[in-house]
Amino acid sequence: MHIVVCVKQVPETQNVRIDPTTNTLIRQGVASILNPFDHFALEAAFRIKDMNRESVKVTVLTMGPPQAKEVLVDALSRGADHAVLLSDRAFAGADTWATSYTLSAAIRKMGDVDLVICGKQAIDGDTAQVGPELATLLDIPYATYVSRIEFVEPRVLKVIRQTDEGTALWKIPLPALLTVLKDVGRLRVRSYRATLRARRYDITVWDAADLGLSENTVGLKGSFTQVIKVFSPQRAKERVMIEGSVQEQAARLYELLKEQGVPGL
Amino acid sequence: MEYFLTEEQKLLQEIAYEIVRERIRLVRAELDEKEEFPWEIMKDLAQADLFGIWIPEAYGGLGMGILENCLVVEQLARGCIGIATTFAASGLGAYPIILFGSEELKRKYLPPIARGEKLAAFALTEPGAGSDVSAIRTRAVRVGDEYILNGTKQWITNGGEADIYSVFAITDPTKGPRGASCFVVEKGDPGFSFGKKEQKLGIRASATRELIFNDCRIPKERLIGREGMGFIIAMKTFDKSRPGIGALGVGLAQEALDISVEYARKRIQFGKPIISFQVIQHKLADMATKIEAARSLIYSAARYLDSKADPPDASKIAAMCKIFASDVAVQVALEAVQILGGYGYMRDYPVEKLLRDSKILQIYEGTNEIQRNIIGQELNKEYGRIKETFIK
Repeated sequence: MHIVVCVKQVPETQNVRIDPTTNTLIRQGVASILNPFDHFALEAAFRIKDMNRESVKVTVLTMGPPQAKEVLVDALSRGADHAVLLSDRAFAGADTWATSYTLSAAIRKMGDVDLVICGKQAIDGDTAQVGPELATLLDIPYATYVSRIEFVEPRVLKVIRQTDEGTALWKIPLPALLTVLKDVGRLRVRSYRATLRARRYDITVWDAADLGLSENTVGLKGSFTQVIKVFSPQRAKERVMIEGSVQEQAARLYELLKEQGVPGL
Repeated sequence: MEYFLTEEQKLLQEIAYEIVRERIRLVRAELDEKEEFPWEIMKDLAQADLFGIWIPEAYGGLGMGILENCLVVEQLARGCIGIATTFAASGLGAYPIILFGSEELKRKYLPPIARGEKLAAFALTEPGAGSDVSAIRTRAVRVGDEYILNGTKQWITNGGEADIYSVFAITDPTKGPRGASCFVVEKGDPGFSFGKKEQKLGIRASATRELIFNDCRIPKERLIGREGMGFIIAMKTFDKSRPGIGALGVGLAQEALDISVEYARKRIQFGKPIISFQVIQHKLADMATKIEAARSLIYSAARYLDSKADPPDASKIAAMCKIFASDVAVQVALEAVQILGGYGYMRDYPVEKLLRDSKILQIYEGTNEIQRNIIGQELNKEYGRIKETFIK
């Protein structure tokens, strides 16, 4: 079984700076860390590998500048078997669609992938879109916000999802994609042997040409969305107390929402 | 200070310290308070490959030496010596098998210990046999293809938690110290049970229990080495492990110094940080100097002991490491509490635990008094062999 874990290097949130012309994050010179939610994605993969260390292989995949190798080395030090970096100047400025598209090309190139695991979202963009988009592009089923993973058959998973509506129990056939929550387990510590291996490991680097992608389909050019402006929203603190009977309160609330232009009212 | 460690040795330190920073420091006060065994941390240490440190590579270990063991336990001791002792005691329990076990015993017991799947323990002390180890009374009698063990072991670290025990017992009561032997006993062997868990001053995350052997039957192949080798096995094991006790002291003292300096730089009295007062500076200077001296001794001694198969003065050197660094640990922890004053005495700060924990280092794995006996007797023998006279 081949598991791919998609990870992202994110800036330490203390030091985020925005490029005023492109309105994207300035990554140069900012300390990068492994996206905290991706810790759980890695641990989920390692726990599946623990069940059968011989037959399960874990590949960690990221897209980013050469310095993104650091998070791959970190993942290798904790037990990943292989690491692939997607790096090309043309990949820069990608939105979630262009990112998913590029990742999907890499996973197709690997060929034999049974399970893709992502963190539920990245702490910089916070979109939670790449996982579902990637599954859609790969044309495989997916489950988001997974808190528990079990095998019910060799090629069928039982997963528990935590959603706003409640807890859902799903069966999902492989190949599939999961995005996971912290409940799947705290990321294990580095191992001595794996760290020594990671230091000598030659990370595979693929660019747009390796993936057979034209420059118009990746990075900023391949993005359907562009960031116009990034700013902190002004929060007007206005509190209205509604009094009266339940019926009166409901009627007043309805009016207020209508005045605010809430759609559907 | 640079000790010219290899890349591998530095990596071991880094990995051990990461576990201290990310795991042990977060739970040590709670484990101490609840006297709870640190199973979660043992799992981390297993995942980090650290239980394999001195188990040969052929049996799944890292095949390293006394120095590497010292480097790891020193780092772990910065977190908690209750936890570090639990870790080190598994290595101590495995060492008789590493040194003198048959191929069959090594194959069976060392790989799971190296993987950290099973903990080991070393069982020598008895109610009537502490410093006087020759007074042990646990008997092992050969009957057919089995040995039958009867007796009680006391204050056994990892007792009840470990799966594999190196147990010392008398096989021939007529031969005195040459009548002792060492056996592997497994948790679950018939007639083997555990007594009460001890309540201790410090290292409260570690488990200390009685082992009770009541017609405990084990296959004869569980004998380590030959009958009568028990004391040699114990002494050779201590020669390997005692520098590690010193390293626990260095790590604990380093933690006490780190906390003391940080506190002294922040604590304002009489309008100034207290580190600006010479009385505090001198205390810190003495602490730092003693720690560096202890570390230098242990690293040098460990390198020396690793460099030869059987150095003639191994027991003396190992004893020096143990007494010097454990005395330093107690002195430094005591000063740390003094520097932090009232805060140091409170459980909100970690130094009162360091003081409580430090005392065991002067007692277990051979009291410091016994270590001084070993050094003194060895000096007497060495100088007896020297022909030159130094007194004109």
